Amino acid sequence: MPVIIKTRANVIYAYLKGEIDHHTAPEMRSAIDDAIIMNEAFRVLVLDFSGVTFMDSSGVGLVMGRYRLANSKGKNIRVDNLSERDYRIMKMSGIEKLAPINKITEKKDELTYEKD
Amino acid sequence: MKKINELKMTFDSRSVNESFSRVAVVAFATQLDMTVEEMGDIKTVVSEAVTNCIVHAYRNTIGKIYITCTVFEEGVVRVKIRDKGCGIPDIEKAMEPLYTSLGGDRSGLGFSVMESFSDKLLVRSRVGVGTTVTIDKKIKGKLI
Ligand SMILES: Nc1ncnc2c1ncn2[C@@H]1O[C@H](COP(=O)(O)OP(=O)(O)OP(=O)(O)O)[C@@H](O)[C@H]1O
Ligand SMILES: [Mg+2]
Repeated sequence: MPVIIKTRANVIYAYLKGEIDHHTAPEMRSAIDDAIIMNEAFRVLVLDFSGVTFMDSSGVGLVMGRYRLANSKGKNIRVDNLSERDYRIMKMSGIEKLAPINKITEKKDELTYEKD
Repeated sequence: MKKINELKMTFDSRSVNESFSRVAVVAFATQLDMTVEEMGDIKTVVSEAVTNCIVHAYRNTIGKIYITCTVFEEGVVRVKIRDKGCGIPDIEKAMEPLYTSLGGDRSGLGFSVMESFSDKLLVRSRVGVGTTVTIDKKIKGKLI
């Protein structure tokens, strides 16, 4: 699965994994949108990019689209753990005026996701 | 500039080839001693140009995408991505940041990204004939 969804309190965490391009984005999009639709009570959707190894402008489209969907339901989104490059691409869209975006702080060799 | 090596490849405009094509170009170009950063820049610009051929040029059809990658002695990698698709009626407008003719989950940033991660970007297009995007990337390191 290219996205692992976890819900804690009022927050949906979507951990994206692998490469985001026009080929891989649709599956990620539907996994995240399913989580949004199934969790009526959430306040914030966090898109976590720590597992993303490559992204082009399709990654920006993915974030903007999730922002629009969440926003239409009165919810917020946040983008975490962007690489230096992905942060630069993300900023070209001006998304930071709509939602907080954060660079990765520490380098992790391997990410482990606990399974529920 | 003096050409020292060249790669030509032709492949179908299927989205599954996006990953393959950007990796193939970078693998060929690494005969110049590149940083991981420079490799990432080339990967990103190729991905943008190839995606545009698939999404826009051959929208709703499958056509051929032609890539030529030339390595120059002076430490320049030139990638030419060509399609025989619908063409771009107004290039200036198409290259404006955030302009997209499609909407949906397209952000209209492809050309801005190509410009920002390369040293030179040239777009030639004719409606009904096709589009050629040429990107130059200067490599700071030396020849291997
Ligand atoms: N190869 C092409 N053939 C035909 N039209 C193209 C081609 N490349 C780009 N275009 C046109 O130029 C516009 C801008 O391209 P650009 O890559 O900047 O944005 P986008 O593809 O619409 O969105 P994004 O790249 O952010 O997903 C496109 O919407 C399309 O109309
Ligand atoms: Mg594009």
